[in-house]
Amino acid sequence: MAVEDRTFGEFNARDRTRHPPAFAPTYKTSVLRSPRNALISLQNSLSEITAPVFSSDELGELDHDLILNYSKGGLPIGERIIVHGHVLDEFGRGVPNALVEVWQANAGGRYRHRNDHYIAPVDPNFGGCGRALTDRDGHYVYRTIKPGPYPWRNSVNDWRPAHIHYSISGTGWVQRLITQMYFEADPLIAQCPIVKTIPTEAAIRQLIAALDRNAGVPLDCLAYRFDIVLRGARATWFENRMQGQPSMQRE
Amino acid sequence: MRKVNEAIYLQESASQTAGPYVHIGLAPKQAGFDIFEKNFSNVLVGPNTEGERIRIEGRVIDASGTPVRDVLLEIWQANAAGKYNHPADMQDKAVDPSFRGWGRACSDFKTGVWAFDTIKPGVVEGRGGRPMAPHVNLWIVARGINIGLNTRMYFSDEAEANAADPVLNLIEWEVRRQTLIGQRDSALRDGVAVYRFDIQLQGPQETVFFDI
Repeated sequence: MAVEDRTFGEFNARDRTRHPPAFAPTYKTSVLRSPRNALISLQNSLSEITAPVFSSDELGELDHDLILNYSKGGLPIGERIIVHGHVLDEFGRGVPNALVEVWQANAGGRYRHRNDHYIAPVDPNFGGCGRALTDRDGHYVYRTIKPGPYPWRNSVNDWRPAHIHYSISGTGWVQRLITQMYFEADPLIAQCPIVKTIPTEAAIRQLIAALDRNAGVPLDCLAYRFDIVLRGARATWFENRMQGQPSMQRE
Repeated sequence: MRKVNEAIYLQESASQTAGPYVHIGLAPKQAGFDIFEKNFSNVLVGPNTEGERIRIEGRVIDASGTPVRDVLLEIWQANAAGKYNHPADMQDKAVDPSFRGWGRACSDFKTGVWAFDTIKPGVVEGRGGRPMAPHVNLWIVARGINIGLNTRMYFSDEAEANAADPVLNLIEWEVRRQTLIGQRDSALRDGVAVYRFDIQLQGPQETVFFDI
């Protein structure tokens, strides 16, 4: 379904009980960076239900292949994996043309970033970022190296589980989301202060990618499946007349 | 097992912090390397874009008064006529083909200053047909921010429109509405109007953030 064919309406309200609170003191950096006032609740207007539309000609051919997109003549070190999934809304509909951007550490747990000084070396053939647009059904796929865990300064001996960062832009500004994907069966997930900012077990489980034996390539690579759910766009008849309609609600 | 008449919905994936290395994924040049042929940027205008050229410049400041130097922001706005470049905007106004209305900026790692080069947006029809004063929608992520923060910037030289704006008027405390007003510099810089918009994450001057 092309973006133009969608019926646009307001979005479901965000259920903030499933998201981390702004202030989560076991993740120390959040202490001084968290607003303390209550958020002001807004009903959707055009400013919230619209969002930038991206096109495939803005992306390069290798943007979704992290194994090759920074190759300097060789291949990056580490476990080769395919990651794929479905970007859905809360009604279970695929979200087409969503921009999925990913970034990660290399197999040794080192980021190619001027502010990362971890002892593990940078991999000369690995950049650590990629991006893709979902297809008409909301599917995305990319190929990469499984990232390594790494230590970080929070408590003295905190370690991040292996993870890939995700940024997703959907069809409405309210759907904008940044999250992280973890890997099935990693014992560090349960110990991670950043994971533990998420209030419910169910919401944490939703961020753990599952090994998908049928999506890999025999004698080449394994695959993981990671579905992402964005806010649901309501398309019921009484929502479509948001513009120009006398307001029934007190504002 | 689904029961008759029971509505089943999926749940939105939980947010996680963008972390300190968000630049790798969303602005790799800032992280210190070149990888993509085409990069998203903080420049929203091209030579043919219609409207008054402006620069929005600011800092995001934490509860200690220190600028957040690893922050990433995105803005989303209507064009000079007050039309969003998106099929859900059914207002009877023209899209400007030279203006998407979206940009992404990182703060400078030393100073914490970020900026967007854009145009001043027009008035957009709000709920119930009430006009919304010209505004820019902002989304802010960084290490230590667990879920992206949504706010709006309005314009100091639009006092009359701001006074009637349905969103500003939702904010009970008039003093807090001031946190959403970008202040226009008295002088142009290189022929461009500069609006200053510092965002306070916490404290007595805390910026208003929205649950949208």
